[in-house]
Amino acid sequence: MRFEGTSNYVATDDLKVAVNAAVLLRRPLLVKGEPGTGKTVLAHEIAKAVGAPLIEWNVKSTTKAQQGLYEYDAVARLRDGQLGDERVHDIRNYIKKGKLWEAFTAEKLPVLLIDEIDKADIEFPNDLLQELDRMSFDVYETHETIAAKERPIVVITSNNEKELPDAFLRRCFFHYIKFPDRETMQSIIDVHFPGIQKTLVSKAMDIFYEVREVPGLKKKPSTSELLDWLKLLLNEDMPLDVLQQKDPTKAIPPLHGALLKNEQDVMLFERLAFMARRQN
Amino acid sequence: MFFNFVDELRAAGIKASFKEHLMLLEALDKDVIEQTPEQFYYLSRAVFVKDEGLLDKFDQVFNKVFKGILTNYGQNPVDIPEDWLKAVAEKFLTPEEMEAIKSLGSWEEIMDTLKKRLEDQQKKHEGGNKWIGTGGTSPFGNSGYNPEGVRIGGESKHKRALKVWEKREFQNLDNTRELGTRNIKVALRRLRRFAREGAAEELDLEGTIEGTARQGWLDIRMRPEKRNAVKVLLFLDVGGSMDPFIKLVEELFSAATAEFKNLEFFYFHNCLYEGVWKDNKRRWAERTNTWDILHKYGHDYKIIFVGDAAMSPYEITHPGGSVEHFNEESGATWLQRVANVYPATVWINPVPEKQWSYSQSTKMIREIIGGSMYPLTLEGLDNAMRELTRKKH
Repeated sequence: MRFEGTSNYVATDDLKVAVNAAVLLRRPLLVKGEPGTGKTVLAHEIAKAVGAPLIEWNVKSTTKAQQGLYEYDAVARLRDGQLGDERVHDIRNYIKKGKLWEAFTAEKLPVLLIDEIDKADIEFPNDLLQELDRMSFDVYETHETIAAKERPIVVITSNNEKELPDAFLRRCFFHYIKFPDRETMQSIIDVHFPGIQKTLVSKAMDIFYEVREVPGLKKKPSTSELLDWLKLLLNEDMPLDVLQQKDPTKAIPPLHGALLKNEQDVMLFERLAFMARRQN
Repeated sequence: MFFNFVDELRAAGIKASFKEHLMLLEALDKDVIEQTPEQFYYLSRAVFVKDEGLLDKFDQVFNKVFKGILTNYGQNPVDIPEDWLKAVAEKFLTPEEMEAIKSLGSWEEIMDTLKKRLEDQQKKHEGGNKWIGTGGTSPFGNSGYNPEGVRIGGESKHKRALKVWEKREFQNLDNTRELGTRNIKVALRRLRRFAREGAAEELDLEGTIEGTARQGWLDIRMRPEKRNAVKVLLFLDVGGSMDPFIKLVEELFSAATAEFKNLEFFYFHNCLYEGVWKDNKRRWAERTNTWDILHKYGHDYKIIFVGDAAMSPYEITHPGGSVEHFNEESGATWLQRVANVYPATVWINPVPEKQWSYSQSTKMIREIIGGSMYPLTLEGLDNAMRELTRKKH
């Protein structure tokens, strides 16, 4: 079971090593990086590459660690008790399995994705320490212990909105997906748009990296934005010369909506264009 | 076998532990990697580094341990010879700027200006390493001054092929934050006060049992979820002497906005007067009358001022003392009013506590708000939050 990237995911060498270490040692892999550099997609691709089902746990600000283990529906049991339902005698009928439970007891070894762990409360990772370390937990209501038959492959992504506790970090492998350089970007584009016109790509990448270089941008466009933009350019059949013209007075790239997601950034570009016009 | 490596990592401020060391050995044992230096570098990086800000330090340590090349990482700014610094300053600052800085007199200011200048150069000459550094992009860490980065001259990047770790690609991510937002948040947590407010969406089990017993039929009671109900008014000093602390205050601010649901913030300059504002760009156009704030927000609000409290004493004591406008009433009057309306008021000062006694205005403000001034350190924040919790109203 070795991860070598897949036909539609370009993995750098360091990423491969980190993934393989996590897969072989069965420790969680923590992935960080700018938004849009393919953190979540990585889990999907690992699952695909090792032929394992993917269990996704999308963390939100209201998510509690307990919800990943199980939830006990006391209200339903109370109601059934009133109605005289037979189910009420077995407490197990009212325990809803969480994603971790699902992953621990899955038939086939799964990949568990805990997406955007930093969205949750600051104590959230601490509450999962033991469970992820030993890959087992207790169900108090039924006095059973749910232990993983085989430790699942765990991928955790973080957007750096909150810092994670040291004790949690110690138990993970870490990989920071850095923004792809031109070469890697070229191969990513090749994977997504096979047979795309070379000159178009090279022009588009010029503009893309220039946009990223503009100081003071609130949100730099990332890989996923470039791919969307290319798709748009292809759909619109944008003539090459529109990309080619090096006229600073038209500083805003065509179909900029795909690249600039922030009205302040668009305004920044408009002002730059205005300044360029005035200088002429 | 790699104990030396772990020691070096710890010396460089990477929190490597025995646990990680074992993880590395286990990974090697299980043949995770092929036996090449690059693969080993990638593996040990994934094991030991847990924060992208430390990647650059790791690269340096790796280089040092496995190549035996000496580097000075994280060197203290005090160790830099003054002459050398002067030479650098002369190279990047115009004589006028040097004069201007000299009048300020502090090396810290010079360093700051120098840093800004170097960053500007960096932006203008994109990718050009003519100015600074060997193979790096950003010459400075976030707070530390890295002589390696600003080395002038030095060996050329092109003389030999660089190993991955020697490229130091992560240099501009290096940050040595003393006070991460996580720590600030943990300190701010002291102020939490839970109360049930809002929509009833949680089952009140005890209430339900009681209700059911009373009524004889199932009587489900719901109650609102517990929420942090503490209310905070934050007043932030901006501009002028506060500039060196912007980063620190930003961190505090972002931690506070994430931590408190009922948080209002306002800006002021140097001292509180009759008007404050919420948007620095429109500070003259959109002002909020301080009276309105005193009337609008109840006595149970906790007030946190953040400012260096360094100004001319006249700005506090005299009407018309403000540097920016003519104030009809003195700053002291306004501060006193706030302190009267809100018993829970603290002032958090980013200037180190040792220096407070040198500034008369700091002492005056401290007196006005009843001595509740705390430094912007973890301990200071902790004490400030304790103080705020103690004062019920």
